Amino acid sequence: MNVSSNELELHGLMLAGLAGDAIAHRSLLEKLSTQLRGFYRGQLSRVGRGSVEAEDLVQEALIAIHTRRHTFDPSQPFTPWAYAIARYKFLDYLRRSYSSLKDLPIEDVKEVISTDDPGQVESTLDLEKLMAELPSDMREAIQAVKLDGLSASEAAARSGMSESNVKVSVHRGLKAMARLIGGNRL
Amino acid sequence: MNTDRLIEMLSTNVEPVKTGQLKKTLALTLVAGGLAAFCVMLSTVGLRSYGGGHYGFLFLKLGFMLTLIGAGTALLSRLIRPGQDGRRLYMVIFVVFAVIGLSGAVALALRPAGTWGHMVMGTQWAMCAFCIPLFAIVPFAALIWALRRGAPTNLRRAGAIAGLVAGAVGAVAYAFHCPDDSIPFIALWYGAMVALCALLGSMLGPRLLRW
Repeated sequence: MNVSSNELELHGLMLAGLAGDAIAHRSLLEKLSTQLRGFYRGQLSRVGRGSVEAEDLVQEALIAIHTRRHTFDPSQPFTPWAYAIARYKFLDYLRRSYSSLKDLPIEDVKEVISTDDPGQVESTLDLEKLMAELPSDMREAIQAVKLDGLSASEAAARSGMSESNVKVSVHRGLKAMARLIGGNRL
Repeated sequence: MNTDRLIEMLSTNVEPVKTGQLKKTLALTLVAGGLAAFCVMLSTVGLRSYGGGHYGFLFLKLGFMLTLIGAGTALLSRLIRPGQDGRRLYMVIFVVFAVIGLSGAVALALRPAGTWGHMVMGTQWAMCAFCIPLFAIVPFAALIWALRRGAPTNLRRAGAIAGLVAGAVGAVAYAFHCPDDSIPFIALWYGAMVALCALLGSMLGPRLLRW
């Protein structure tokens, strides 16, 4: 797809998602996941690594993009923002996988907009295991709102937490999951 | 875990998100950090008594530092977002340091060499060197806290600028105590201490800001 029309489409979806449009947000994440898969496969092969970890990175980046949505500036283009996060997560992955390697080259965004890759979508991560490591309030909130699809007020009624507490717990829980994927303890 | 399942999870019950909060957070943090630094100054070394006036050097110190704070904060409001940076603002910071350094050198050149020692070292250079980093601690912690609410992707640089701004805030607080009125003193001690804070910030950034 043409880069600029792609940018326009993703930017539009991002704005709608920020306004609370779940369908647009899902569509954005789906399109991004395909692009990110291609990006990470390319990056991994460039540093002489297999593509096994690509899907872990895709998922880590998707969670990061989701939980850091508030850092997007609507007056700026979307693609550099998303790829800055993707690249940050890649460098972070390299740092923790071989910490002796320093000063990795960072290239231009233009170069890294790679071919889409709709291939393998299964990561080595285990959602149940990740969930089990979360504190109970975060786990319950994510289970209710994100997996069972309850609204925040329904989840609040079920768990006895306040509605705003449920929302905060969901957000913190997703961030905590991203940290767990990144190999950090909570 | 299947990526489609993750996407479904992330896009279930999507909350609307405001994007304008980061700048406000940074601004409030800066004000709070500044007030804290000023209080630390009042409770430790205290205000200088000016007697009859001569506020010229105070304004010079404040002007030097406030320019750094302005440019540094503008940079932070960019560095807090993924993939943003601001080349011109680094130039502003560089020019500020260059101007004050040159002014210091000119001021020395205009005076006989015998007075240089006093102009450069003042009466309280050690106090200055100690207090500016000390007063910068709370503002630095506050700025790191604010940056962590965003998503900086260049951690070393974000840490360095946070250190620079915190150092300049500490120097503003110290300026209200500082009894040394000479341009070479300001250029050397204020400049070096703020630069030191920036260096420390760049070393701490990758640890403190990782997400």
